[in-house]
Amino acid sequence: MSEPYAIVIGLEVHVQLLTASKLFCGCSTKFGAPPNTQTCPICTGMPGTLPVMNRRAFELALQAAVALDCQIAPFTKWDRKQYYYPDLPKGYQISQYDLPFSHGGHLTISDAKGRFEAKQVGIIRVHLEEDAGKSVHDEQAGEADSRIDLNRAGTPLLEIVSQPDMRSPAEAKAYLDELKLLLVYLGVSDCNMQEGSLRVDANVNLHIAGAGGEKIATPIVEVKNMNSFRAVERALAYEADRQFEVWRETGRKLGDVPKQTRGWDDAADITRGQRHKEESSDYRYFPDPDLVPVTVSAKQVEEVRAALGELPAALRRRLETTYGITPYDSDVLVNQGQELVTYYVELAEASGDGKMAANWVQQDVLRTLNEQGASIGAFPIRPPQLAELLQKVRAGEVDTTRGREVFAAMLASGRSAAEAMRALGIEQVDESQLVELCRQLVAANPKLVADVKAGKLQAAGAFIGQAKKLNANVNPNRVREICLELIAKG
Amino acid sequence: MSVLELSARRLLDEMAAGRLTAVEVTQAYLDQIGRHDRDVGAFLRVDAEGAIAKASDVDERRRAGRPVGRLGGVPVAVKDILASRGELVTCASRTLEHFRAPYDATVIAKLKAADAVLIGRTNLDEFAMGGSTENSALQTTRNPWDLSRIPGGSSGGSAAAVAARMAPLAIGTDTGGSIREPAGLCGVTGMKPTYGVVSRFGLVAFASSLDQVGPLATSAEDAALLLEAIAGHDRADSTSVDAPVPPYSEWIGQPLEDLTLGLVREHFGPGLDAEVERAVREAVRVYESLGAKVKEVSLPHSKYCVATYYIIAPCEASSNLARYDGAHYGHRTDEKAMLAERDAERRHLESSGETAAVDELDTALVRMYRRSRSEGFGAEVKRRIMLGTYALSAGYYDAYYLKALKVRRLIRRDFDKAFDDVDLIAGPTTAAPAFKIGEKVDDPLAMYLVDLYTVSANLAGIGGISIPCGFTAAGLPIGLQLQAPPLEEDRLLRAAHMFQQATDWHTRRPPL
Repeated sequence: MSEPYAIVIGLEVHVQLLTASKLFCGCSTKFGAPPNTQTCPICTGMPGTLPVMNRRAFELALQAAVALDCQIAPFTKWDRKQYYYPDLPKGYQISQYDLPFSHGGHLTISDAKGRFEAKQVGIIRVHLEEDAGKSVHDEQAGEADSRIDLNRAGTPLLEIVSQPDMRSPAEAKAYLDELKLLLVYLGVSDCNMQEGSLRVDANVNLHIAGAGGEKIATPIVEVKNMNSFRAVERALAYEADRQFEVWRETGRKLGDVPKQTRGWDDAADITRGQRHKEESSDYRYFPDPDLVPVTVSAKQVEEVRAALGELPAALRRRLETTYGITPYDSDVLVNQGQELVTYYVELAEASGDGKMAANWVQQDVLRTLNEQGASIGAFPIRPPQLAELLQKVRAGEVDTTRGREVFAAMLASGRSAAEAMRALGIEQVDESQLVELCRQLVAANPKLVADVKAGKLQAAGAFIGQAKKLNANVNPNRVREICLELIAKG
Repeated sequence: MSVLELSARRLLDEMAAGRLTAVEVTQAYLDQIGRHDRDVGAFLRVDAEGAIAKASDVDERRRAGRPVGRLGGVPVAVKDILASRGELVTCASRTLEHFRAPYDATVIAKLKAADAVLIGRTNLDEFAMGGSTENSALQTTRNPWDLSRIPGGSSGGSAAAVAARMAPLAIGTDTGGSIREPAGLCGVTGMKPTYGVVSRFGLVAFASSLDQVGPLATSAEDAALLLEAIAGHDRADSTSVDAPVPPYSEWIGQPLEDLTLGLVREHFGPGLDAEVERAVREAVRVYESLGAKVKEVSLPHSKYCVATYYIIAPCEASSNLARYDGAHYGHRTDEKAMLAERDAERRHLESSGETAAVDELDTALVRMYRRSRSEGFGAEVKRRIMLGTYALSAGYYDAYYLKALKVRRLIRRDFDKAFDDVDLIAGPTTAAPAFKIGEKVDDPLAMYLVDLYTVSANLAGIGGISIPCGFTAAGLPIGLQLQAPPLEEDRLLRAAHMFQQATDWHTRRPPL
């Protein structure tokens, strides 16, 4: 590490669970509805209403925690976290305090590009809670006006708190990528940051080596308002620099000042100190008497575990060992989601070449999907058709460059590989014809021949270009081989 | 015989036989309200129009032979703390004085489905906090037996309404005795069922783990009828008991065989009024004459009941009442005045050079909360919010709330042990008859002791009933409280009915 310090990062992630209805009432959780149209007496906290636990939310929460290798508490309860804010209609948030339903898990992160060693990031706890509403501050004509949208109030959130185990912004980013991937694979959340279904707060400080080799910890800062994983990376890098500067100027250590909260300003590329909260942070937690505790048996946990299916880490390993692809390739494929992996696996099986399948999926299929903004489910070339093309490329019936033309034609016309090749006039050139053509080229290019003989093997490339002009269907590799043979024979 | 002298059971029979109409019954009660409620003040609002409309509808259906609910045409008065769609539910608080609920409480929905005639809303201590109904921010309710005295509380309006025969049936709620205590002081029958027997959905929460809705009536038989209509599992209330509702009113006539009554040693100590003790002991002798055995039992932790209650109930109340902050509903302070006040303070501080103090000024939001709550809540509600907030604060939680929860478990264990030996526990509902209005308003502690014999049932989650068992020389009613193991409402009602078959205290009417 070039910096004279270690960055210590812990992340607190909130994800919205993919339930049809809210945590304690039947209102829809769909994003984007007009303000306050997805509300009822319960989630607006009307006097006399009572919460009733959404079973599905708890099931999803359980799946996530089990997938994170957390211990599942046999007994868990719901607590009220009390504070005043206009988007919190009951004056308290139903959350979990001292007995969260799970704790003590971990998530393994690695970097396909090898920027850091694979490591386990500890998970302190995962708990379930309800979201608050949204305050919309409208400042027009100098008169500040705030409006409250309670559509989001009562939406089920999973809070996932990591250990301060990450040591670089890249590790933090990798943790978020891997966590998001896991939750999306599980179907627990769509983790859409734009719609607020994934939110990240970071706790960060530095461990600086002192003059006598002792470890000096700087005050922990909580960073908020980061609205993309890239922003998290940038905010953490900024914050590390800033804390180091502050330490050099002030020498302030952990414990010297109260914990500070800073907001990331994406446009300015800096963090800014936030105003202290009005009230102190005594939330006066106590068990919510309106809800009954939940008990979870070991058998239930095992059932959840058995039903989890293959998780991203295991899937990557399987792709690498079964199809011989690199960790980088498996990472790209798995990151694209379950559907693309299924497509890839079918293609690898049908074409009989996992590596080639990986290349084509990453380069051609993904590029097309990106260009068209389409999903793999609707991609018109299905794995058996693409496999046919791959086999032809592998058999030398068509070279890779022309293969791409075939791919484009298949895409445009919906034809099979064979039909597309025929339409493009691609046919295999007879070997004797090819030899004859090469003989002419060798005879007509004494300078190139001399170059090759002098050891400039790359000069043979020029034969390919000339051959292609004479017959577009020639196999460039064969042309090269034959020409070299002819020259060698002299 | 006048309509007002008939029990709800008889009214249903008479209406079914076509000898009375629901409109006649409803009108008789409306007339009675018209005659006496100016003095008593039991009702916050009387819905004469709605009541008559409902009664006519019931009559029409009866005449046409169409189905009518189990309380078809019987007037029911409801404590003003249960939500009814589109209607006010004030909780006798300034903060909810103009609040209309957008939904029906389960109890209200059940009463509507049973074709009860919802005749009006009764007064209460603000948010059900109190034992005299003097904490109502809206109105004074007087005891029909002596208009200079309190009717008890917090369901004082409901108890007074039944006592004055301004309604044959009434709904109350009981968090620490708020049905049984006013029933005792007003000479009517009032029951707090086991926690969870009646849904709390739509009951504006005071202390969620203690609140329970229950019936008030002139007899156990009528209380059974009303309980039957409102009890039952409710998916909207996670704490509701998932068990079928026994046919209380069908079974009520069956006397209890081999009944053993327990008398709690700790309930007959100093502080118990001599006249009350005499009446209660006499009531126990009535049971003996009916074949019951009597045993002394001990509830060793009963001396901690009131203290435990006044930790747990305020803790929950402080949280439940947090929502009345002026932001969403309830009273909001005059914002212009509030902002002007804040600006004036700021200018004053600035002109006197106290710049640091300027930074310490409340934000407009915090000041809005503060003023709205200060203006919206009465003294007792504020007192309990402060008690609860304090007890739940960091550093105090373990010493108060957690300790109170532990004692609460011990109190329940005392009852479980006692019920190993006896079927029911009998004793006074209150230590003394109704006191004078204003007598204890400056002494909150004395006021809290009114709950001495009743809070334990709420803490233990068990059912209890108060029935009239005599009068003081001055003519004030005395209540006998019976308590039963969890879910033994049937036992309570049958025992109360046995007593009422053998005595006529419950038939006495106040000299209005």
